[in-house]
Amino acid sequence: MTQVQTKPAAAPAAAGPPAPRFPRKREAATGWLFVTPFVVLLIAFLLLPMAYAFKLSLYRSTLIEGEHFALFENYTQAFQDPLVREGVLRVIVFGLVQTPVMIGLALLAALLIDHATSRFSRIFRLAAFVPYAVPVVIGTLMWGFLYSKDTGPLSAVLPLDFLSSSWVLASLGNVVTWQWAGYNMIVLYAALQGLPREVYESARIDGAGPVQIAWRIKTPMISSALVLATLFTILGTLQFFTEPLILQPLNPGSITQHYTPNVYAFNQAFSFQQYNYSAAISFLLGAVVFVGSYLFLFATRKRSAL
Amino acid sequence: MTAKKERAGVVPHVVMGVLAIYFLLPFWWLLVAATKDNDGLFLSAPLWFSDFHLTDNLTTVFSQENGIYLVWLRNSALYAVVSGIGATAVSALAGYAFAKLRFPGRTKIFALLLGLIMVPATALVLPTYLLMSKAGLVDSVWAVILPSLLNPFGVYLLRVYTHESVPDEMLEAARIDGAGELRVFTSVALPAMRPALVTVLLFSMVASWNNFFLPLVMLSDDHLFPLTVGLRTWYMSATLGNGGEALFNVIVTGALVAIVPLIVAFLLLQRYWRGGLTIGAVK
Repeated sequence: MTQVQTKPAAAPAAAGPPAPRFPRKREAATGWLFVTPFVVLLIAFLLLPMAYAFKLSLYRSTLIEGEHFALFENYTQAFQDPLVREGVLRVIVFGLVQTPVMIGLALLAALLIDHATSRFSRIFRLAAFVPYAVPVVIGTLMWGFLYSKDTGPLSAVLPLDFLSSSWVLASLGNVVTWQWAGYNMIVLYAALQGLPREVYESARIDGAGPVQIAWRIKTPMISSALVLATLFTILGTLQFFTEPLILQPLNPGSITQHYTPNVYAFNQAFSFQQYNYSAAISFLLGAVVFVGSYLFLFATRKRSAL
Repeated sequence: MTAKKERAGVVPHVVMGVLAIYFLLPFWWLLVAATKDNDGLFLSAPLWFSDFHLTDNLTTVFSQENGIYLVWLRNSALYAVVSGIGATAVSALAGYAFAKLRFPGRTKIFALLLGLIMVPATALVLPTYLLMSKAGLVDSVWAVILPSLLNPFGVYLLRVYTHESVPDEMLEAARIDGAGELRVFTSVALPAMRPALVTVLLFSMVASWNNFFLPLVMLSDDHLFPLTVGLRTWYMSATLGNGGEALFNVIVTGALVAIVPLIVAFLLLQRYWRGGLTIGAVK
């Protein structure tokens, strides 16, 4: 705080409670006025859709009965639907493998650019971040071409069928890693930049090498940024949608119409007009993501500082 | 940057070099591929130039279907600018109010907001579509712009930033000088909030420019599509081969044209986005 204003000399009782800052009513009215646009949007595009999805999910629509209240029938169906189960399991496996790989890569890159302050490290920082600027649709298209046997260079190096059912999940994981590792690297790097440098100096005097400093001192000190980056990655992977949808036409056999819960909900709504069932899947997915991220934050609350 | 530090940096530089190739390879491929015709794309070496057809490709991209690509480009820009500015304005007002104004319900709404940041946006796209279609707003620019104005994370960032970097004394002084609340906000708080405002603006513009799921669901008139949805329709008709030639070279060149503005903007605005991420990371 650079500017400290002198208090008006008129206040006589210095020992009493601090003088009321300003007419409370005016402040409250302004406060409400200022948050109104946001609150209206919050209601219209978050709370209302949430409530509507929940309501829809409690109804069923059949030719004989029309739309009727069915309580949790859609949810029972979703829990028993092997296609839902398969999709949920797939995004969980995907998240368990891809998240540590990407956060690990981002951490490694962040520690490297924090350690080596050369011109090359600045260029590298840009190179790693640029994929974030690319729309997911285009990033996925590019990798689709690169994976292809006809147009891509990868099959010459690795004789794999990248889009076959055994490799496609890993190929999708690579697209996500490529797109987001640099973004997370910058977040972690920013956290590293905020650390006090003196700590490294004393560690160095105690004989710690750069690797030890990076792993034993820097990494634990940025754990709150690591937790947040991990959280947002988990939020993203559970909602996995664009990448499988774009790669789907290249191999419809390995990327199915129910590949992820989001893809399934989308197809239920737009290919089959099953809005109620689709809403149930969406709501279920939303609940899982919400509870999952809440539990994650709770489990790491000492580190996340949220 | 002592000599000792430089020497220690050989292994790190090799690792960074390998990673840089990984991150840049797709761009190199795209650049090379955009210079090839459709046959060249399939028959020549993927990572090196063969016959040069970039100008032909660009001409086709911009003339295909009566120049619809340009319409998509304009739509993307429109959605990004309007949503970006709108979302930033809404977040600035709310963030400032949460940080600096006392009003009943403030803590409750803010706690609610923190919880709602966790609600997955994509799970809301389908119900939002159904609500919008009831309101008769589907298949209009508003169907894409209005939901994009909501940015809970932006509000959160601006609240944190304002709380720490806009001194109460400054606001008080302006009030004592007789400034109204709106004036205090516009001429005292806003200038002090600038770094965080630029960040929220940049990131919400990028999010809108890159958005796919929302416009995909909301729009069926291809003259309202943003680039992401438009390119996908070309790509779908090329891969599924329903009618017409499969013009992969046009898609590749279209993709290149679509990412150039963003990459240029990112390079130019480097210090802003980097500074901005610091706001998010350090608390």
